[in-house]
Amino acid sequence: MSDALLSVRDLSVEFRTRSGIVPALRGVSFEVAPGEMLGIVGESGSGKSVTAYSVLGLLEASARVTGGQAIFGGRDVLRLGQAALNELRGAEMSIVFQNPRTALNPIRPVGAQIADVIARHDPAPPAVIRERVLEALRQMRIAEPERRASAYPFELSGGMCQRIGIAMALACAPRLLIADEPTTGLDVTTQAAVMDLFRDAVRARGVGSILITHDLALASQYCDRIVVMQTGKVVEDAPVSEIFARPRHPYTQRLLRSTPSSVDRIEDLVPEEEPVAPAPPRAPTSGPPVLEVRGLRKSYALSRPGLFWWRRNTERLQAVGGVGLAIQPGEAVGLVGESGCGKSTLSRMICRLIQPDEGEVLLDGEPIHRIAPGRFARMPQRRQIQMVFQDPTESLNPRFSVFDAIADPVKQLMPREGTALLRQRVERAAAQVGLPLALLPRYPHQLSGGQKARVGIARAMAVEPRLLVLDEPTSALDVSVQAVVLKLLTRLRRQEGVAQLFVSHDLNVVRLLCDRILVMHKGQVVESGPAEQVFNNPAHDYTRSLLAAIPRLPMPQEAGTL
Amino acid sequence: MREKLSLLRYVLAGNPVTLLALVMLAVLLGCAVLGPSLVPYDPIATNTSVALQAPSAAHWFGTDQLGRDVFSRVVVAARLDLSIAFAAVLLSMAIGSVLGAAMGYFRGWLDTAASRATDVLMAFPLFVLAMAMVAALGNSVSSVVYATAVINLPFYIRLARAETSIRRDMGYIEAARVGGSGHARILRVFLLPNILPSLVVQASVNLGWAVLNTAGLSFIGLGVRAPTPEWGIMVAEGAQFIVSGRWWIAAFPGAALMLAVFCFNLLGDGLRDIVDPRSRT
Amino acid sequence: MAFLLRRLLGVVPTLFGVVVAAFVLTRLLPGDPAVFFANSVTADAATIEAVRQKLGLDLPLWQQFLIYTGQLLRGDLGNSIGSGQPVAVDLLRLLPASAELTLVAFALAVLVAVPLGIAAALRPGSIIDHACRLLSTAGVSLPTFVTGLLLIYIFYYQLGTAPEPIGRIDPFAIPPPAVTGFLLIDTLLAGDSEGFVAAARQIVLPAVTMALFALAPLARMTRASMLGVLGSEFIRTARANGLRRRKIIFSYALRNALLPIVTTLGMVFSNMLGANVLVERVFAWPGVGSYALDSLIALDYAPVQGFMLLMATIFVLVNLVIDLAYAVIDPRTGLFQHA
Repeated sequence: MSDALLSVRDLSVEFRTRSGIVPALRGVSFEVAPGEMLGIVGESGSGKSVTAYSVLGLLEASARVTGGQAIFGGRDVLRLGQAALNELRGAEMSIVFQNPRTALNPIRPVGAQIADVIARHDPAPPAVIRERVLEALRQMRIAEPERRASAYPFELSGGMCQRIGIAMALACAPRLLIADEPTTGLDVTTQAAVMDLFRDAVRARGVGSILITHDLALASQYCDRIVVMQTGKVVEDAPVSEIFARPRHPYTQRLLRSTPSSVDRIEDLVPEEEPVAPAPPRAPTSGPPVLEVRGLRKSYALSRPGLFWWRRNTERLQAVGGVGLAIQPGEAVGLVGESGCGKSTLSRMICRLIQPDEGEVLLDGEPIHRIAPGRFARMPQRRQIQMVFQDPTESLNPRFSVFDAIADPVKQLMPREGTALLRQRVERAAAQVGLPLALLPRYPHQLSGGQKARVGIARAMAVEPRLLVLDEPTSALDVSVQAVVLKLLTRLRRQEGVAQLFVSHDLNVVRLLCDRILVMHKGQVVESGPAEQVFNNPAHDYTRSLLAAIPRLPMPQEAGTL
Repeated sequence: MREKLSLLRYVLAGNPVTLLALVMLAVLLGCAVLGPSLVPYDPIATNTSVALQAPSAAHWFGTDQLGRDVFSRVVVAARLDLSIAFAAVLLSMAIGSVLGAAMGYFRGWLDTAASRATDVLMAFPLFVLAMAMVAALGNSVSSVVYATAVINLPFYIRLARAETSIRRDMGYIEAARVGGSGHARILRVFLLPNILPSLVVQASVNLGWAVLNTAGLSFIGLGVRAPTPEWGIMVAEGAQFIVSGRWWIAAFPGAALMLAVFCFNLLGDGLRDIVDPRSRT
Repeated sequence: MAFLLRRLLGVVPTLFGVVVAAFVLTRLLPGDPAVFFANSVTADAATIEAVRQKLGLDLPLWQQFLIYTGQLLRGDLGNSIGSGQPVAVDLLRLLPASAELTLVAFALAVLVAVPLGIAAALRPGSIIDHACRLLSTAGVSLPTFVTGLLLIYIFYYQLGTAPEPIGRIDPFAIPPPAVTGFLLIDTLLAGDSEGFVAAARQIVLPAVTMALFALAPLARMTRASMLGVLGSEFIRTARANGLRRRKIIFSYALRNALLPIVTTLGMVFSNMLGANVLVERVFAWPGVGSYALDSLIALDYAPVQGFMLLMATIFVLVNLVIDLAYAVIDPRTGLFQHA
């Protein structure tokens, strides 16, 4: 019929699990035109990866295609045998995976892995293949290709591994390239570099491509057309300009309004949910800050195994090199930086989880840095600084019910209150974070990601802290859940007056939440100031490059002109 | 609770072998508890007039060179063999898991020193080490228990250390510290209960090894001594009659030994399925 | 090279710990060594005291330990009362018998277990997979001394295909000139095919007994490791690139799966050294295990100590080899550094 490169029609897939047969895809249809870049966007469980794996015949054994077609090059690839599929895969269509490091064979030089693919599909003398490998690396703008070709994945950075992954996928000049969350887990600046390379490479070759991502903003920047998926179905399929100007499906609309870069005020994020109290008038900050740190330093030994049981710690890695900051009561401060910039180490020193090498930590003007972390755990001041952790699943003890999880810090830090008050406190904390009381007897594995995040926040709020340190509390959540949690945090701050230190890699999120922003780079604070100023008029080069790298949704007025 | 029961039912339905192991375990424990009051003959009473008789209706498993009833001895021996194994495994699990968890949680000098000691212990073939220890501690049942406990210790230390290392930097441990728990409480309330399931799987497998080890020691004349009915001794006594075709003296205690170890191993596999369905092998 | 040196030096503390452990164990052993070295239980007190002084048993423990370590460094393991020979001489004479048995059994186990494990992992749920599971569970459940006796009963008593289980060689046969000490090799070197067959017949049952015992953990680990690797992301990448099945299995999956298998090999070897004692006893095999056991029962402790040290040293060396093998397979250990 059409001149589509890939035409998927009515694709249905189901999984056999312990709890019976679960449909993963329900009648998915879409097309990719030659040279087009299609974005498949959806939250976890939407079936976007399953779609890709079905087309490539890479579904795991428990999955089964129950219906539909995927026409590629005039043939239905869903009905091809393994042998025929193997001729296509890597040669006509290929894929770039998430987690670039684990997607490569850890004990084979990366050049040899690319050579394996070329030798499989276009047999040639070794010298010719080697030249093609080097050429593939050069096209990914990899410097010193000869040296990189003989490197192992563990010797390369994540971004470099992903460039290798793309080089490998393009090595035999396929007509269709699928990228499955290719930059998830990479830093924003790396993400921008990898995505630019990816786009340039597919454009230059006229390769049709599919970008699978959870990030609507990322898809909007690179794709021509976007397919939105929800629970195994395609709910919207439209060109980029149209989807942002006139989203038709309610789910797309909701997804758009959940994306932090789509709005300027936290109140506008999914306005129909989680109402936020109006900001109280800012009290003049006269009293001492809740928390002040001065000249905090921490370095780690890059320990190598020594000859016997001692270690030679000659080299040390400076994680935090002399940082000072102050947080006023009720204030929200954002701490932004990429992985390895020292923001986690800094937040843990502030929380008194690790001991700084140097520097002072003052809580309400009282120095607490001389109290060893192990002892601080049992001091009355402990409850003043609480923390919310990154991964909601990992931050809950699998053997504690929701009630136990919230009650435990109360029992430890406010021991003389009795059981009646304890229950009251737990229920109040649960109510504060919008957790139904019926969930209190449940265990973590019976909760959704958003519910777990709420439990983590309730646990921290139950002891009525003055400062809440939030370590990337939403980075493991889907964007629609993230929006709700962000609003919840804002409401808590405005109602309870708890100061917040929000640690994140995402400037867009921090901008909505915080009064002030600190940007960290290589263990130093390189820029700080009011949120609007840092975001709109960055002073430091690093901040500028960070801002430039962040994918942003086109504003509706721009979208119309795209 | 109901969910756990249904999971148990699911696992047992999908894995009848585990069910079989549970039944075998029940039989073994039955022999251990009730054996001495059930058996038809006194297990140590000699009666040379019926020596070396092949299995018959009167003597199901035949008689040995002193005319003792092999069946009675095999059944009665279950108590001693299983007691030694359980005592040794409990001992090494208790010490090893606490030590290993502390090593994984605190790291530092304790970890370094204890890891080195474990390495040294593991450098000896474990059976040889047990042999030397029983010889050094004296030929008694308690020596066998201690020796078996010591050679099992490294497994618990390593397992508990590894499992703790995975968890020590997880959010819920940091959350516990922020929530006012000291190190001791974190170990006791947050870490040990979470690593317990894997330790129990290890214990089940180790029970099998402990039985093997005990029998092996008494087979070479260490630890439990004749005329006490014990599977290893009985196999040793029967060994000399194998070449003349009187298989039953060694074969029945040997089979009992095999069944016991087999049962514990199957049980370990079954438990592993319940504890960690992903590692199903 | 730095890696190699570091690894070599790394065994020193372990070996030191082994010497301490062996020393402590022998000091704990019951009986007074002086009485034994006086070579008579009825020797009078003065003689015993003299021997005690001569042996340095009246010195403080740490001095005894230094003396002991000094003797070890000179290769002096003391004398055996039973044979009247230096223990080191006895051990060297008997080691080939044990080594031959262990190595044959080890080779047998590896040759069966590794292919079996791979085959099982390639087709999970198939007949081969179930066979592998059964064999590996049954294998760890079989006490070596029971398996040995069972094999003797079947193949010697019932079928008569195996020779009498009385050691490595017929007591009336003339042993070949000792070159390596391994009868299988020495008979071949001497061109004695009859002797070779006889030696092979003798070693089959004990080797199979030991191999059955070693097979289980190996097959299990091979299967689990191979399954794990086959499910990993880089295998998915290889499949997504259309690589051939053979290529994926052998140069991608197997090489990665080998890492834990190699580690298991070390553990299995150590277990076999321990099982030697039991197997040698069942088959009256004249190796170091029998020697140690006989000495232990005769309360002759110098040989026991020597045996333990020998076993531990072998084990440490085997582990060293395994670490090197690991480093050859896995570039992440950094042995073969390159750009």
